Amino acid sequence: MLGRIQVPPSVKKGEVFEVRVLVQHPMETGFRRDVNGATIPLNVVDRIACRIGGREVFSAELGTGIAANPYLVFTAVAETSGTVEVAWSDDRGERGVAKAELTVA
Amino acid sequence: MLRGLLLAASLPLWAQPPQPAPLRGGIEFQSGDVRALQGDPFANPGSLWVTRGAALWEQRRGESACASCHGKAETTMKGVAARYPKHDAALGRVVNLEQRINACVREKQKAPALDWESEPLLALTAYVAAQSNGTRVEIAIDGPAQSTYARGRELYFERQGQLNVACTHCHDGSWGRTLLVERISQGHPVDWPAYRLEWQSLGSLQRRLRACYFGVRAEMPPFGSPDLVALELYLAARARGLAPSVPGVRR
Repeated sequence: MLGRIQVPPSVKKGEVFEVRVLVQHPMETGFRRDVNGATIPLNVVDRIACRIGGREVFSAELGTGIAANPYLVFTAVAETSGTVEVAWSDDRGERGVAKAELTVA
Repeated sequence: MLRGLLLAASLPLWAQPPQPAPLRGGIEFQSGDVRALQGDPFANPGSLWVTRGAALWEQRRGESACASCHGKAETTMKGVAARYPKHDAALGRVVNLEQRINACVREKQKAPALDWESEPLLALTAYVAAQSNGTRVEIAIDGPAQSTYARGRELYFERQGQLNVACTHCHDGSWGRTLLVERISQGHPVDWPAYRLEWQSLGSLQRRLRACYFGVRAEMPPFGSPDLVALELYLAARARGLAPSVPGVRR
């Protein structure tokens, strides 16, 4: 699944910085019907988690109230340089991952 | 207004009917939040389709990839979308960007045509159209495109639907005023395909035009119908000089 992550190119040790994540996903609520009247099954990103250098710093369980193509912004703090990795999975079991390198000066 | 309509109906083909002045793209009528979303290349949800389109450009479909003939889209496709809809000599009619891409898919790649509003067609269209960002809309309405332009102009000034209004009544006569919670735009087709928050998806200009038909309670022409292409051509000609910013974001 297509998604992207953005972190500042360089942060100071202990500095609070912003992580931005955008995921392409229909976020089907399970209440909609297709043109033939058949129910479109529920399919939302149910869990999304962010790890910096292997340590989980943020996680969220999204529900049907979140619009399609979820855009999340949260803050984090890092002690050492490393890879910021955000991974998510949806109700169909599909997974996606986006990574960015973070330099702690 | 009435004088404007009569004038337009009696104008020779090469003359332009009165236009809104100054020309203002659709994004200028959107709220600050929507403008900020369109202007942010990371958060703009439509840019996901552009990213996907860039991958599809390189990917083989049927006998070849788009890149096999056209090379780097950044150079070969620069300003191309700003000249569409355009008369295509091989097809013998005016086509919009989606139809031109599909003609390539069928004739050159020997692959089945992509469906209207399908993810790959939207992605490729958005990717190609995004290469024209910063250029100016430059539409040819002379020569073989003349009759299509005339048809588009006729449709634009024709009253339609149960509400019995023409495009001109809102987009020439009332732009900048409020309709329910929306500010009425001048109806320029730049920035398309655009991400419409109501759709929660990227959509083509034809989908947007069909939404206008629905809004005035008129029968919606099918995707790719000659009338919709003619209307696209008239609208694009009307927007000459504006700079596209694809993918747009609209409420």
